[in-house]
Amino acid sequence: MDDALTLHRLHFAFTITYHYLFPQLTMGLALLILIIKTLALRTGNPFYEDAATFWIRIFGINFAMGVVTGIPMEFQFGTNWSRFSKAAGGVIGQTLAMEGMYSFFLESTFLGILLYGREKVGPRVHWIASLCVFLGSWLSGFFIIATDAWMQHPVGHRIGPNGEIILDSLATFLLNPWTFVQYAHNMAGSVVTASAAMCAVGAFYVLSQKHTDYGKFFLQIGVPAFALSALIAAFPTGDLQGKMVAQYQPVALAAMEGHFETKSGAGLNIIGQPDVERQRIDNPITLPRVLSFISYGRWNAEVKGLNEVPRDQWPDNIPLLYYSFHIMVGLGTIFIALGLVAFLFLRLKWLYTCKPVLWALLLCFPLPYVANTAGWMTAELGRQPWLIYGIMRTADGYSTRVSSGSTLFTLLGFMGLYTLLSMLFLFLVQRELANGPGKQEAH
Amino acid sequence: METLWFGLVAILIAGYVILDGFDLGAGALHLFLAKTDDERTQILDSIGPFWDGNEVWLLAGGGTLYFAFPSLYASAFSGFYLPLMVVLWLLILRGIAIESRHMMHHVLWTPFWDVVFSGASALLAIFLGAALGNVVRGVPLDANGEFFLPFWTDFRVSPNPGILDWYTILVAVLALTTLLQHGALWIAYRTHEPIESRARAAARKLWFAVVTLTAFVTLASVIVRPALFQNFGVYMAGAVFPLLALVGLGAIYRAKTPLKGFFGSCAYIAGMLTSVVFSVYPSVLPAIGAPGLTIHNASAPLYGLQIGLVWWVPAFILACGYSAFLYRRFAGKVDRPAAT
Repeated sequence: MDDALTLHRLHFAFTITYHYLFPQLTMGLALLILIIKTLALRTGNPFYEDAATFWIRIFGINFAMGVVTGIPMEFQFGTNWSRFSKAAGGVIGQTLAMEGMYSFFLESTFLGILLYGREKVGPRVHWIASLCVFLGSWLSGFFIIATDAWMQHPVGHRIGPNGEIILDSLATFLLNPWTFVQYAHNMAGSVVTASAAMCAVGAFYVLSQKHTDYGKFFLQIGVPAFALSALIAAFPTGDLQGKMVAQYQPVALAAMEGHFETKSGAGLNIIGQPDVERQRIDNPITLPRVLSFISYGRWNAEVKGLNEVPRDQWPDNIPLLYYSFHIMVGLGTIFIALGLVAFLFLRLKWLYTCKPVLWALLLCFPLPYVANTAGWMTAELGRQPWLIYGIMRTADGYSTRVSSGSTLFTLLGFMGLYTLLSMLFLFLVQRELANGPGKQEAH
Repeated sequence: METLWFGLVAILIAGYVILDGFDLGAGALHLFLAKTDDERTQILDSIGPFWDGNEVWLLAGGGTLYFAFPSLYASAFSGFYLPLMVVLWLLILRGIAIESRHMMHHVLWTPFWDVVFSGASALLAIFLGAALGNVVRGVPLDANGEFFLPFWTDFRVSPNPGILDWYTILVAVLALTTLLQHGALWIAYRTHEPIESRARAAARKLWFAVVTLTAFVTLASVIVRPALFQNFGVYMAGAVFPLLALVGLGAIYRAKTPLKGFFGSCAYIAGMLTSVVFSVYPSVLPAIGAPGLTIHNASAPLYGLQIGLVWWVPAFILACGYSAFLYRRFAGKVDRPAAT
């Protein structure tokens, strides 16, 4: 049955990875749109209004993609992971139902007003609509992170006589410390994606000398947001996340780092390829003692290696986990460097004429998508072989009655459909970018 | 407590069918009731601000079902794996179609998305009906309370059924007809002449079909599940549900305005769904000829259900508030498209 398990995992991994390309932009963008709408409301300047409208149109396309690819996620808990749902639905069903009841109703109502109601409702209500869409999407993120955090670090439940998982305290479950750290880290990552997109569009317009005023304005908003969110993603949120993993999932930390042997004053591998068979890192470049420091705050702390735990509790794909983590950290470092340089140039008023920095900002926008995806892969691969950490293994969670043939059929179906969606998405976004802000397309 | 949650989930699902029902019906019909692009745009504008919010009722219903009856969610969703995946693809296509259509004006672009939208809407109505038929007929649950149904086997109601057999297809046809009528009445309420008259004429024809099919489906349901009406003998008050459906049918026929007819259709749908829910109670997913999963063996433990009420009820009131706000803001006829 291994075959079916692998296909169910691929099914979820593929659909969730694709889905999260869209919310990671819209959640961050909702915040930036709210900032621009606030400027517009305060000053009454139509320039800001038009700038906001441009981004709301981009937001609308991404949001629609997020909605249609998000519905399959809720369904798949039941369709592909029925054993898991039967055991844990009484707990995580709470947060998933909250997401529907609190976020989706709020978002869907006010998104309609935000997209189509600018003439109908007046500036104040339109501003409120942008606030509600922001609140709805960030609330939605919270409920999903709370769900994932419980799978990473389950709290607030007890195990019943027949092995069933019973919710004991909703408050403990919702106030899981893991939730808040992961939420802050994730939302910082989302703002990185959105602000990098805004910087790239701004740089594109300034470099190509089209819509230059808007381009400069997008850089004024985008660059500080990019620099700040990149910093926050690393410190304090990324740092806290790392320490939390060190405390509760030491095996995952060791695997992320390719740290095979327990050591005091352990070094951090910057580059190198893990060789799991021989339990070593090939071609390593190592910063001495740094792993001990970032995990426990002491240069000489002992960091547990993979050798401490039986092999059946190792994450089952250590190389991919290792690369995901290193890609995320490496890109995060690049974002901080680029963000700070761009911010400095913006303050010194050199930015609009400095072509290399503008080009760097333009070309940077796909990288946050990679970093956010790699970050989620680190979290989810690091949790393996557990589906609910320490309670249920992934191999025990899938729908045994759904055959591998049926799973492959629908996986291929989703791949085909999502390929078409991608083409449509790129086409529509390209039209918006070519059309530019300011003038409305004639209907 | 389980019964209360059973009722709340039923309300969300009935709410979903009534609300998304009119945009599914209108979506399926718009190709046939509109003769020009402007007319088609009018029909699509009549559901434009609502369809997304209406679909949220499905997600909210699914989420609530998940936490109140996790075993049911697990069993039903994996058992109906194939049709649910098709439903997901149809929902994706439908959402993309209505949102993409107005992004560009081109002689090929717009009609293409219109056909996608219409086809996906009609197929969704059929699948929802077939799902309902499967619940009434029962599914072949194994000892773990799990099952897996292929799309079809031999189209007979047998111990080894598929999603589609003669009975579930009959229910699906009724569902499609009902939602087409529901959509036609909505179109009549929100559009201008000449679409309004066309929609009213279509709704009138569909009414006769709905009445005939309702009689057939009721008869067939008794054949497929002889114990179906047992609950009505035990709790006489349950008779209000089928009565509501009948009153609704009468109201559609006698209605002077499309809006009144639309409300009649809402009552008919609510009456039919609550009748089904009432007659299978306390089962939530009957096995073939046996109670199968009931509210007692499929529900979450008591604490979760109790604490759930604390946050669920305010959220539901808020959600009804948003919906009311949206429907009031867009009440009445749609704006006529600018003269061409």
